[in-house]
Amino acid sequence: MTAASTSTEIATPPARARGPWVRAWSRFRANGAALTGLAILIPILVAVATYPLWWTFGPNDIDLKAMNQGPGPSHWFGTDGVGRDILARLLQGGRISLTVAFVSVVVSIVIGFLVGAIASFGGKVVDNGIMRLVDLAMTLPPVIFLLVLASIAGTGIVPTIVVISLLSWPVLSRMVRARLLELRERDFVVASRGMGASMWHLLFRHGLPNCIDIIVVYATLQIANAILLEAGLSFLGLGIAPPQASWGNMLNAARSTVVMEQYIWQWMFPGGALVLTVLAINFLGDGLRDAFDPRSDLN
Amino acid sequence: MTTFIARRLAIGLVMLLALSVLVFVLLRLAPGDPIDAYINPSAPLSAEALAALRARLGLDAPLPVQYLGWLRAALTGDLGFSTQRAGVPVLPLVLERIGPTILLMAAGLAIAIVAGISAGILSAVRRNSAADVGLSVLAFTGISSPAFLTALLGLYFFSVRLGWAPSGSMTTPGAAFSVPDLLHHLVLPAVILSIGHAALIMRYMRASLLEVLNQDYVRTARAKGVREFWVIVKHAVRNALLPVITLIGSTIGVAVGGAIFIESVFNWPGMGLLLVSAVSDRDYPVIMGATLVIGAAVIVVNLLTDITYAAVDPRIRVS
Repeated sequence: MTAASTSTEIATPPARARGPWVRAWSRFRANGAALTGLAILIPILVAVATYPLWWTFGPNDIDLKAMNQGPGPSHWFGTDGVGRDILARLLQGGRISLTVAFVSVVVSIVIGFLVGAIASFGGKVVDNGIMRLVDLAMTLPPVIFLLVLASIAGTGIVPTIVVISLLSWPVLSRMVRARLLELRERDFVVASRGMGASMWHLLFRHGLPNCIDIIVVYATLQIANAILLEAGLSFLGLGIAPPQASWGNMLNAARSTVVMEQYIWQWMFPGGALVLTVLAINFLGDGLRDAFDPRSDLN
Repeated sequence: MTTFIARRLAIGLVMLLALSVLVFVLLRLAPGDPIDAYINPSAPLSAEALAALRARLGLDAPLPVQYLGWLRAALTGDLGFSTQRAGVPVLPLVLERIGPTILLMAAGLAIAIVAGISAGILSAVRRNSAADVGLSVLAFTGISSPAFLTALLGLYFFSVRLGWAPSGSMTTPGAAFSVPDLLHHLVLPAVILSIGHAALIMRYMRASLLEVLNQDYVRTARAKGVREFWVIVKHAVRNALLPVITLIGSTIGVAVGGAIFIESVFNWPGMGLLLVSAVSDRDYPVIMGATLVIGAAVIVVNLLTDITYAAVDPRIRVS
């Protein structure tokens, strides 16, 4: 009798250990900077996504009676030299800047993961060749490389995306390679190879899920980086070409002395939007990095 | 140490060669035919004349042969001629721009190192204080603001509003050259160039010093009764500086990028301005020459950092 009751007590399941995602989420929630980043970013994203529904002016509508007008009740952020509404251009520019950043990050994740995977599973010669190439790509100052690529690709949304993606994958592929090299020797991967798993299965069932933390953090920080690269290119007149709006080419207006000195709303608002967005994303990325790092529990 | 330096030198040389191949290939991918730069568009040539010109210029040879020819010329200092400025050779055009860029970057870097390291020490020592939080937020803002925006803001406030700094270029036009005049023009761009870098150095310094302060030998020093000031200066900072040295070397490339924007906003007559105008003019020989020179400079700086690092930290040499 007593023996039976003891065994039922033992049989009660222990409290389930919290999984890595739950722990990551609780670390993330405790991070004030990351939450602030999210609180800034979400309104920006919503505003940029929905602006045609609530804002009366279009980004390329010309109001000839209001040229170079300062911020006021009808044009909240003022107008530019041909009477286009700054707020509308700012929001449309945000759409373009964020789209370019997002797409280029997705492309560079695909390239970065595949190259890293090939390097780690492809044997010594392939690995060495690829890694020297990555070293070379990382040696060149990014902006120089960007300028050379941009001079070949030309201006516009698609060339800008191509140029930024081509520039940013090496960092990721190096991190993915390091992670997969370690993973390759783990028992479950060895076992699955022993059972005849295909390369596809190894990479996408074992490799990808185990790299997801690297990829999420890379993606967040790289989006911030890509926004800055796009703005820089457009600022130099090599990225998104007018009349299409982007934060970078709106800032380009400040290269005219008159605009810089007298119509400051034409360049200060896009500059503010740029810094605020990038800052929020960087806070978020930093929080995610800490959240995925189990060592941060120790401190 | 000698074998270490020899190996690094060999790697550096290979990188340089690979860089030249990369630049050559990239620019041959560029749209348009190099021959177009040679002919007068208003006087079209016959097909035979074009073929003859191609043969004379070596453009009909296979690409590897063309590359070797270009490399041989480049090694003797012949980087070709600018296509936009008729008859101007590329090499002197590039060389005369190196000085101003080095001046700007050295000044910016010096400010960044001093400001970044002292801010990093302050915020690590006074961890979680108001000063630490304030400096960290500032550093984050510094990292998140692109150089061209800070340059515009600096220009607006310090030059347009306050009138403290000149609005660009390296010297007052028409005036005789003088060092105070040069410094007056240098201060604003150099400080702005240093912002992003100082922010990065500060964050590394803070993290690295915090790690070192947890080490046993720091506790030992404190237990021995060494004053806190000397614990930090002699025991902690010296060891915390190691990763920061590598960071400084490895971000030279980033500084070159920032310098390009700052040169273009401040009209500073350096490599960046040359490269940007060459890119917008599609002046490929100049782009190639400038990229090659900048790339080579970055490779050499990285090499020097590696060697410095190995000299400071003997553990590096072993691996």
